[in-house]
Amino acid sequence: MYTQGLDQKDKPAGTPQGAETPGQVEAFQDRIDAEDKIEAKDWMPEAYRRTLIRQISQHAHSEIIGMQPEGNWLTRAPTLKRKAILLAKIQDEAGHGLYLYSAAETLGVSRAQMVTDLLSGKAKYSSIFNYPALTWADIGAIGWLVDGAAIMNQIPLCRCSYGPYSRAMIRICKEESFHQRQGFDILVALCNGTDEQKAMAQDALDRWWWPSLMMFGPSDNESKHSAQSMAWKIKRFTNDELRQKFIDVTVPQAEFLGLKVPDDELEFDEKTGHYRHGEIDWQEFLDVLAGNGPCNRQRMAKRRKAHEDGAWVREAARVYAEKHAAKDAA
Amino acid sequence: MNKERALLAYVSRLGDNALVLGQRMIELVAAYPELEEELANANFALDYIGQARMFYTYAGELEGQGRREDDFAFLRDENEFRNLLLLEQPNGHFGDSITKLVLFELFYLAQLGSLARSEDTQLAGIAARAEKEIRYHLRHNTQWLVRLGDGTDESHRRVQDSVNDLWRYTGEMFEADEIDTIVEKAYGGPNLEELRERWLADIDAILINATLDKPEDGWMASGGKAGRHTEHLGYMIAEMQYLQRTHPGATW
Amino acid sequence: MSDKEWPLYEVFIRSKSGLSHRHAGSIHAADDQMALDAARDTYTRRNEGVSIWVVRSSQIVASDPAETAAFFEPAEDKIYRHPTFYDMPDGVENL
Repeated sequence: MYTQGLDQKDKPAGTPQGAETPGQVEAFQDRIDAEDKIEAKDWMPEAYRRTLIRQISQHAHSEIIGMQPEGNWLTRAPTLKRKAILLAKIQDEAGHGLYLYSAAETLGVSRAQMVTDLLSGKAKYSSIFNYPALTWADIGAIGWLVDGAAIMNQIPLCRCSYGPYSRAMIRICKEESFHQRQGFDILVALCNGTDEQKAMAQDALDRWWWPSLMMFGPSDNESKHSAQSMAWKIKRFTNDELRQKFIDVTVPQAEFLGLKVPDDELEFDEKTGHYRHGEIDWQEFLDVLAGNGPCNRQRMAKRRKAHEDGAWVREAARVYAEKHAAKDAA
Repeated sequence: MNKERALLAYVSRLGDNALVLGQRMIELVAAYPELEEELANANFALDYIGQARMFYTYAGELEGQGRREDDFAFLRDENEFRNLLLLEQPNGHFGDSITKLVLFELFYLAQLGSLARSEDTQLAGIAARAEKEIRYHLRHNTQWLVRLGDGTDESHRRVQDSVNDLWRYTGEMFEADEIDTIVEKAYGGPNLEELRERWLADIDAILINATLDKPEDGWMASGGKAGRHTEHLGYMIAEMQYLQRTHPGATW
Repeated sequence: MSDKEWPLYEVFIRSKSGLSHRHAGSIHAADDQMALDAARDTYTRRNEGVSIWVVRSSQIVASDPAETAAFFEPAEDKIYRHPTFYDMPDGVENL
């Protein structure tokens, strides 16, 4: 799971809407400030609705595309137990995509529309899944780092002001509690294993560390939507706050594994109690987001093919149901 | 062959069937026609992998030489796998998968039902648990076969082709070899001739319901139960075993 | 070929006998049986249920949030419907 502060071209938040009176907007903000939850059919500003659709559908798409890098190792998992655990985790991701699509649907957008937007490239998904899973250790690194970063993002979303999103996130967080652990557990086994296995683990950390930090999105002064999302209580912490928190908890875990975080400037600051880290390569982030990551084309091609190959099946089921509904009614 | 060796071979064969089919199913992860079906099939594949683990673990106990589930799955060669040829066939489209599952699960459910009442209590216990899982799979997959058969012209044509193509692999399920015969006589295992009659009656009813034609009786492929496979299995085994084979003795 | 979406269903799950069914979420399915299966495979992967209801979302009749005040507030001042409204004299038990 995987939300990311992806800034997309969108009408600026707060675009004047004919039907929105200042009184309505103010009453809405009062409800938010009072920590009241907004439900599907409640009045809401159009910009709030659009922001949520964008964020929730991106989040759903990320779950679905996120099945691919891990799925890449399902058939090669080294033990039957690991295979079953990985499959259960990937299945959870499909389920979480489904919960999230459902939450977005309450805002008046159909799943079909969201899928169309994903396949046309209009909608985005988390940039992290455009990196390749090259060795079995990557499955460990994805669970530990990618799910770890995701959890940092997601836990505050359980308190999001929009009821259906918040409920979906509560369910997701509960179910995902094992995901990060299974990843770390894979790495523990590798780091206690042969030299080759340990090298495999270090290589995975080297490749996944920076992309994981990018998962929190652009830094606060670059993030267009942050302030409004905070005011609406869709977001509770800024990108940089969450990223710092992630680094602070993850670095000691890397030390436990005996692995080196690939950042020469990483240093613990006694005064602040936080780690200072090196500069993130935001150009890489922008490139990947723009479609030029190592796997963008491959991920989208696979999703498109699955969708197109399934069209006759979806249609057959629909036609069968219609035929039999007509028969039953007759 | 004494009865203990026959039971060991029989149980390990059950494990091979479950693993090979489960492995084929997970090749399809992230490629199902709809998200809901993605979840269903992950459940089914998890059931099969779980069953393979139980059968292999028990086979290891019967053998008594310290082999564990992963030794059976990852350290045996292709010709030591004794799964049905039907299960190793490549995936094809969704209709092929559904057809393969219905043809096999209709047999497997009856096999498990009989084993659940067999005299080997440990095998009976595993079979009883698996039977519950397969009963749900079969209902779900049979409904899909009916939807596809009785859906659109295209789906009807496609799934009729699937039935025609896969039919030749169904004969092997009911070919009793020495292992089947000993397990039947010594442990009260299934009689494959009886299972065949039931299967034929049931598949007839399902195909009629799905508006599909039953293929003419014809040549049937066999050999999987004796370790003589189609070319497809070797690739699957190579892929599945690659890490264990590349890093001998490593712990994962 | 048209790729029209399967209808949306709402899913309600009884987590154990003795409890009411509770809304769990929604799924898409072409027919009722598929909806039940999808609900089972989506919402009870961790043993969360002993009974499932599914209903087409379009069949649900819901109250209108715009009418919330007129619809619900009149019940707010009927506090005599709640047992805590009544002071019982000391010494009276089992009431």
